[in-house]
Amino acid sequence: MSEMNNMSAFEIAESVNNQKVTATSVVEKSLAIAEALNSKLNAFLALDRDGALRAAARVDSIIASGGSPGRLAGVPIALKDNMCKVGLPTTCGSKILQGWIPPYDATVTKLLESEGAIIVGKTNLDEFAMGSSTENSAYGPTLNPVDLTRVPGGSSGGSASSVAAGIVPIALGSDTGGSIRQPASLCGVVGVKPTYGRVSRYGLVAFASSLDQIGPFSSTVMDSALTLEVIAGFDPKDSTSYEEQMGSLSAQKGLSIEGLRVGIVTEFVEGSDPEVVSALRDAADALASLGADVTEISIPETKLGLSAYYLIAPAEASSNLARFDGVRFGLRVEGSNIEETNVLTRTKGFGAEVKRRIMLGTYALSSGYYDAYYAKAQQVRTLIKSGFERAYQQVDVLISPVSPTTAFKLGEKSLDPLTMYLSDVCTIPSNLAGHPAMSMPYALDSEGLPIGVQILAPALREDLMFRLAFALEGSSRGAPSLDASIKEAINHG
Amino acid sequence: MEIFGFRISDMSSRISPKEVAHVAMLARLSLTDEEAELYASQLSSVLDHASDIESLDIHDLEVTAHPLGLVNRTRSDSVVSGLSQAEALSQAPDEAQGMFSVPPVLGEPS
Repeated sequence: MSEMNNMSAFEIAESVNNQKVTATSVVEKSLAIAEALNSKLNAFLALDRDGALRAAARVDSIIASGGSPGRLAGVPIALKDNMCKVGLPTTCGSKILQGWIPPYDATVTKLLESEGAIIVGKTNLDEFAMGSSTENSAYGPTLNPVDLTRVPGGSSGGSASSVAAGIVPIALGSDTGGSIRQPASLCGVVGVKPTYGRVSRYGLVAFASSLDQIGPFSSTVMDSALTLEVIAGFDPKDSTSYEEQMGSLSAQKGLSIEGLRVGIVTEFVEGSDPEVVSALRDAADALASLGADVTEISIPETKLGLSAYYLIAPAEASSNLARFDGVRFGLRVEGSNIEETNVLTRTKGFGAEVKRRIMLGTYALSSGYYDAYYAKAQQVRTLIKSGFERAYQQVDVLISPVSPTTAFKLGEKSLDPLTMYLSDVCTIPSNLAGHPAMSMPYALDSEGLPIGVQILAPALREDLMFRLAFALEGSSRGAPSLDASIKEAINHG
Repeated sequence: MEIFGFRISDMSSRISPKEVAHVAMLARLSLTDEEAELYASQLSSVLDHASDIESLDIHDLEVTAHPLGLVNRTRSDSVVSGLSQAEALSQAPDEAQGMFSVPPVLGEPS
């Protein structure tokens, strides 16, 4: 954030590679801010001071010996705590994985480190990424650094909060129904969900395998472009990862959007708060003034997204989470036989929202209901895909609100699951279609809370999405101001 | 009506507490009677919302399982290294003789 005068990841890597700063000093500063703020924000579930400083020293020694550590040299990065790094605990925000230390690295971890990035810690999330506020973490909620009485969104709330507070320039999140884009919007940072299959899911603890995708949070569009360029690519360890190479995203900066056809999605505007809609209209005007051809476009099929998602995602989750049985890793509550052990372990280890979704999914997959619910929902995915295909015959990219509201108060929606689920109504259709979409911080509401604009693009067209994002970045109406107590803690830290 | 401080606004009953208890058993979860009541109400409201797709007449439409239409993919049949036995067992709640150890699987509980 500008008021902290923090360097972007791009600037850090350049300065480290040019020996203007050391990786060690950058990482020291990041850790100091994290330590000063975490008691207020609860953004991190684990900080790896020793490991991060060792990795930074390695980067500095490569530089000293004339080598090149990579495109992310010395850049402190946080991982959502559902991605694995050897030696650091991975909890998924759940008691059932408390203390689990993965014996392998996620592919994204390896790729980031191979370019000189420094993993400083693991960020808080809704348990197993199930939620839209980070209130479902077994380790307490994360707070929004713009206003500590409000949620940061979710499920990647810790990652969004840590970037918004200036602790790290980049964090990774995972997005199954909006879990990167919605918290990015609520915290006022950039958040990107790539095309399904762009980024390997190996080492990401699975929630809904046909929807999950890893992506970056950052303060600048360039930092997300850079990160996605590093983590995208085919991985033999993820059979759903995509083989076609992604074109350069950073090269999209400064390209003209003259004549680019941009559609505003009517259905996503209809249910959104007036201030959110007004920010979107401002963004549309800004794009039009840059030469884009902006129209309104209706995709009625997207209205079915929420129902389809809340059958498909729980169904896949109920299957994926069957592995947590107290046998090979994680919590075990010993019973008199194996079945009793399974039941006691899962009953104690999972929180209420995870149980709710496991049961919903088990029900939707059970005989007699499979055709009515799960199979029907998979057909609706086809409908939504064809709705988008029809739209993309008329326009090149789409824009919409990210979330119908700005950041809500802690506890405001946690009593009624369906109300919480409605937070994802604008983001879910992209996951069902497998398309890329991102959240761009664009404006502030009357209370100073961030409002994001969503940019959606056809499958594999991250290049177009970023071209529009770079263009929009220049006209963004002001960064949010951090909560007074956060500013004070940074100044004293 | 309120259970555990949760407001129960929608009393539709697409799924009964008894069915919820059965589903929980299938998912290897154990619920108290109060929890079964609460979940029955909450799951009913989600299923109610899903009535919009339940009523669609789309019998002939293909299903989408993978968004980009990828089909099964196999790797070449060559040996690659995996986790060592020690690594695989490193997080086991209990182990014996190089294996995961669990309470009895067959027979009466001891």
